[in-house]
Amino acid sequence: MKSIVIENISKTYDQGEVKALKGVSFKVGQGELFGLIGPDGAGKTTLFRILTTLLLADSGDAMVDGLEVMTAYKKIRRRIGYMPGRFSLYQDLSVEENLNLFASLSGTSVAENYDLIRDIYVHIEPFKKRRAGQLSGGMKQKLALCCALIHRPRVLFLDEPTTGVDAVSRQEFWEMLKRLKEQGITILVSTPYMDEATLCDRIALIQSGEILSIDTPQGIVEKYRGNLYAVKSTDIGRLIHDMQDAANIRSCYAFGEFLHVSFERDNATAHQKLDKYLKDKGHSDVVFRQITPGVEDCFIDLMNE
Amino acid sequence: MQKDIVIQVNNLTKCFGDFTAVDTISFEVYRGEVFGFLGANGAGKTTAMRMLCGLSTPTSGEAAIAGYDVYRQTENIKKSIGYMSQKFSLYEDLTVAENIKLFGGIYGLTNQEIKEKSAQLTGRLYMNDQRHKMVGSLPLGWKQKLAFSIAIIHQPKIVFLDEPTGGVDPVTRRQFWNLIYDAAAQGITVFITTHYMDEAEYCNRISMMVDGKIKALDSPSNLKRQFSSGSMYEVFLRLARGAQRTSD
Repeated sequence: MKSIVIENISKTYDQGEVKALKGVSFKVGQGELFGLIGPDGAGKTTLFRILTTLLLADSGDAMVDGLEVMTAYKKIRRRIGYMPGRFSLYQDLSVEENLNLFASLSGTSVAENYDLIRDIYVHIEPFKKRRAGQLSGGMKQKLALCCALIHRPRVLFLDEPTTGVDAVSRQEFWEMLKRLKEQGITILVSTPYMDEATLCDRIALIQSGEILSIDTPQGIVEKYRGNLYAVKSTDIGRLIHDMQDAANIRSCYAFGEFLHVSFERDNATAHQKLDKYLKDKGHSDVVFRQITPGVEDCFIDLMNE
Repeated sequence: MQKDIVIQVNNLTKCFGDFTAVDTISFEVYRGEVFGFLGANGAGKTTAMRMLCGLSTPTSGEAAIAGYDVYRQTENIKKSIGYMSQKFSLYEDLTVAENIKLFGGIYGLTNQEIKEKSAQLTGRLYMNDQRHKMVGSLPLGWKQKLAFSIAIIHQPKIVFLDEPTGGVDPVTRRQFWNLIYDAAAQGITVFITTHYMDEAEYCNRISMMVDGKIKALDSPSNLKRQFSSGSMYEVFLRLARGAQRTSD
């Protein structure tokens, strides 16, 4: 059985003026760690709200853990954990009080399911008497995850859990998710950070309410059209400018210290011409080599298609 | 080449009670430089930036922003800088043109200047058709590009950018960086924080804050050499892993 089935879901706001989702479909298998990757405004949160039974779709069907979101919402709510993008715990209750509250709302106790949250909770336990509102960003995130897990959900929805979180805490968070996956929990997680996509079993790239591609991270990368090259010179700022005027360039985007470049017509002559062009423009120490595209390269390519 | 110093910081410190949020930091930033101010959540970046913008009085140490003292000349500092962040940028319920007029006025531009700048700015961002649309109805990436352009509408010496590209799509994120480079080429110093490690590579120099102190400061290529790392992400992990603090 699939944990999440989404079929042709559409949702508009403002009397149809804003199209948040335009016929989105995909399935998530049981125990899968599935990433929804896309920028702000892509429709990620709308989809989460529909799946967590907080919002009705205009059209289309969705099932969570075998149950229909429209009719079986009460049952679904008992089986899912949801961590919204905005911190939604009680700021004026302590860490401990929040956790106890969420456990008792679901008719369980912290002790009963402690094994599931132990790894995460140990990080915030020293602050268990502190009010949730007084916690740092990283700790709030861990507490919210504990509260979403305390009733041992079968499906976990995490809406941008790592937005605004530094690189170290982000990595820790993903390690936690991997351990939860090992417990058999299905996880749907959204993120605007493309580098996190590789940590998922499968991903859907979403932009302006439409799915651009669904596959394993490896599969997405393999589908990239043509070859991609990394280019750099001593003056990257000027290189970006000069590349805008270069001939035969399909795309050119900055990626860290390199530019990622693809050609309209890709052959040895094109490479030589570019090399000559850059030398004529006075660039020194030009590096040019073929590279394997990343998820972000693929996303940009699909956006421009 | 003689480098003009626009930000000069010496042993700057800020304490909240017995907690030292910023601990004797010292550095210089030059005219036209893109300076990346990095650190983990809670390292003290925001507190340090607030002092540099003249919004918070230091506990001790010295700093001069565009030549003005952070204790006594905070009003002059505010006139010499621009600021934008992911959270605060523009008024959503005003139109594009109204936002430009409002901020232009606040920054002391004449009506004539506002008119000229407004036309230039919307033209350069390809937003002429959006002039009379509410800012709230624009896509995030457009908003952020507009907010940045407005933050430098008065040709400040320095513009402070606090995570300006969070959540922005990958194409717009790069267009945003083109705007940053253009501003730097005009001699505006760009002081920026980000959680995207690829963006760290776009800076001329980077400082890494850990537990209130600056643990490393150099160009991205020198930092990678110094920490024998292949990317700024690895440099960041190495430095931030040594942190004692876990909170904001």
